[in-house]
Amino acid sequence: MLGSLGLILLCQLIGEVVVHGLGLPLPGPVLGLLLLLILLLARDRFSLLARGPLRNDGVETASKGLLAHLSLLFVPAGVGVVQKLDLLASHGIAIVLVLALSVVVTLLATVLTFRLVSRLLKQQDAR
Amino acid sequence: MKDNPFSLWVYLSQSPLLWLTVTLLVYAGTDAVSLATRRHPFANPVLHAMWIIGAFLLLTGTSYTTYFAGAQFVHFLLGPATVALAVPLYENRKRVVSSIVPMLVALVAGSVTAVVSVVLLAEFAGLPREVVLSLAPKSVTAGVAMGIAESLHADPSLAAVSVILTGIMGAIIVTPLMNRTGVTDYRARGFAAGLAAHGIGTARAFQVDEIAGVFSGIAMSLNALVTSFLVPLAVTLLVR
Repeated sequence: MLGSLGLILLCQLIGEVVVHGLGLPLPGPVLGLLLLLILLLARDRFSLLARGPLRNDGVETASKGLLAHLSLLFVPAGVGVVQKLDLLASHGIAIVLVLALSVVVTLLATVLTFRLVSRLLKQQDAR
Repeated sequence: MKDNPFSLWVYLSQSPLLWLTVTLLVYAGTDAVSLATRRHPFANPVLHAMWIIGAFLLLTGTSYTTYFAGAQFVHFLLGPATVALAVPLYENRKRVVSSIVPMLVALVAGSVTAVVSVVLLAEFAGLPREVVLSLAPKSVTAGVAMGIAESLHADPSLAAVSVILTGIMGAIIVTPLMNRTGVTDYRARGFAAGLAAHGIGTARAFQVDEIAGVFSGIAMSLNALVTSFLVPLAVTLLVR
């Protein structure tokens, strides 16, 4: 468990170092995600890597534990709304309407494009 | 200390312990309600935890800075949780690889729609320029959106709030909306949720279906990349 959390943090740390070092326009944790994915794929190829957290579902279990409560992690930033009450009092309705309309349009554009391309390629429904 | 219960409150309200405990307990409560209603969209645990804790801060006159000193320990885990998305991605890799083309096309269509629609709607609504700029990155995860807002000299904390609001509205609306479109492909539904509503949409997608969650996580990561390039471009072209 400890080793698995350490590995996840290490991937993020390397991600942050590379992103800041090279001035890449992407978030460090996303690069960390790629790194962990590569490690997991490499482990299946080379048995030498299958040790510590990369053995017996170590990092898998720790990751699922983190993801089980993903919603919780957004609460502290969400409470930040208390700092913006004056702005919300003056423009709140417009802001909420704009965001709501935009999210509906975005959801529809994405799901319909996905289905359209998938159908053109003659893939069947996932289920 | 003994003769004045108020001094105990003064001490506790300044310590990270109290606010970390409040965050966890309130969320445990709202999550239990969400579970009891069989994950009804309107019982969104983030939404209800947010206003309950917010009201508590206002009632006790506690500043957000004091609250965040405790809650930052939870906030910090957003980064490791993003890295952890590698695991469901790895476990469903065959499915993901076989859907790569529809995913990439939907990514471009969705990211462009997200940024262009919010900028045009906000301009149409006559919102001030600084607000328009802060709303533009609202479909990506909080940390990235704040970075984008900063680089545009907009307001990062307003960007974070609009990110959370977008995520909550997306998570509430996604299931009824998708049912109405008649799309039963959970790859497509999840991908849309993660693209439009980042991590909160992804959390919602995992509640509904594991495959939806996996595709949502991919959409959220990819959109963070595309939007970082897209927002500065869209703002130059669209904002007066």
